[in-house]
Amino acid sequence: MTAQPASIRPAPLVAPDDIPYLPRGVRLQDDRVRGIRVLQAPERAMQLDAIGDAILGELDGSRSMAAIVSGLAARYNAPEDQIAGDVRDFLTGLIERRMVFVRQP
Amino acid sequence: MKDQQHQPRDLDGNPVTPGLPMAMLAEVTHRCPLACPYCSNPVELTRAAQELTADDWGRVFRQAADLGVLQVHISGGEPGARRDLAQIVAHARDAGLYVNLITSGIGITRERLEELDRAGVDHVQLSLQGIRPDMADRISGHPGSWDKKMHFAEWVKDIGFPLTINAVVHRQNLERLPDMIDLAETLGARRIEVATVQFHGWADLNRKALMPTREQAAFARQVVNDARVRLRGRMVIDYVPADHHAVFPKACMGGWGSTGLNVAPDGTVLPCHAAQSIPWMRFENVRDRDLGEIWQNSDSFNAFRGTGWMPEPCQSCDRKTIDFGGCRCQAMALAGDARATDPVCSLSPLHAQVVARAEADAGADTANLIYRRMRKGD
Repeated sequence: MTAQPASIRPAPLVAPDDIPYLPRGVRLQDDRVRGIRVLQAPERAMQLDAIGDAILGELDGSRSMAAIVSGLAARYNAPEDQIAGDVRDFLTGLIERRMVFVRQP
Repeated sequence: MKDQQHQPRDLDGNPVTPGLPMAMLAEVTHRCPLACPYCSNPVELTRAAQELTADDWGRVFRQAADLGVLQVHISGGEPGARRDLAQIVAHARDAGLYVNLITSGIGITRERLEELDRAGVDHVQLSLQGIRPDMADRISGHPGSWDKKMHFAEWVKDIGFPLTINAVVHRQNLERLPDMIDLAETLGARRIEVATVQFHGWADLNRKALMPTREQAAFARQVVNDARVRLRGRMVIDYVPADHHAVFPKACMGGWGSTGLNVAPDGTVLPCHAAQSIPWMRFENVRDRDLGEIWQNSDSFNAFRGTGWMPEPCQSCDRKTIDFGGCRCQAMALAGDARATDPVCSLSPLHAQVVARAEADAGADTANLIYRRMRKGD
């Protein structure tokens, strides 16, 4: 038997200088019946927790991931490197599903 | 007594708890210029005169949104066969729903597509019957369909809609799956859905001509796996395998009456698009009753909710809350009993028989198709 790492992180699809954004057909929305926030995308509605909502709320189409991370770290008074990892993994998952796009500055 | 009336119960009388639906399939018409031999519409098609009006749909969409539905899939038939499609779309957006348009691309001009953009279509899913004119036109039974689809895909790109390609695969076109994936990429699709024909209704009439072989199913799996690695971050590939070759059944609809519902052209509300193949089941209509009441309280939606109704081997199976015993319509078709374990499950006593029949159909020496048509006078 070989030991497996507790979690295998997929290779990131977003770099610090990249500008992540919600493309056409993807939008943040209130789910008034369930009382939560959702990300609406082609044939898929994803229920968001407070962290996911906070990250996606920062995507304004002009700021880089690094700037978004700094802003979140300041706002939540959390270590920047930890926030950076969380944001990178969360966005990578959404980029894999084509629910977030990135462009170079 | 009153209490009992308000407690939803499954077909055995076990209490069940309806959840909240996420998505609704709105089949706004059964009319369609194509004649695909695996059409998911029922063999008994609804005529134009029986269709709900655009205002009826508006009322249904508002009831759906109040019930928790977030997305509507506007489909058919070909939804473009409705001249008031833009009005239907606008009603859905006004209700706060995310609008997916599921189309063959036939019969919607560029001008109409721009009108649908203004009305609020969020996303377009375009069906593909094959690659290149010979296969696409033969399978769809519509000469010229390929060229029209390729024009349509260009307009979708120009306008900027997100695009999903829906490639329906079967024995006659599975070899071309790599080309279909390449085409979706060329067209700028964000996603391709590779759906193996599900053998209900019209498709069941064409089993001998369409059933994939075991080798083809393995080939398709390999193609999909390789493409997922190659296209990571560029295009999503969703894959519905041939379930006659599976070990466990699909979790049909994510569980009966749990997350989705379907409204047919005449307003009949169905737990899934094939549910009318269960002959004893009675369905309610949005013309008579509020959609929310139908979802919560109708016998059809409650019949197979939860797990209490399940027979063995499902009842004692660890997977009963994963695949919910599989597809009720497939159980009806293959076991003659909508309550039975889906016979494609390897734990079903009928499994060996089902596999043998699928293998025999896959080896049948015929390519002849029975096309989906409305009867004369329809």
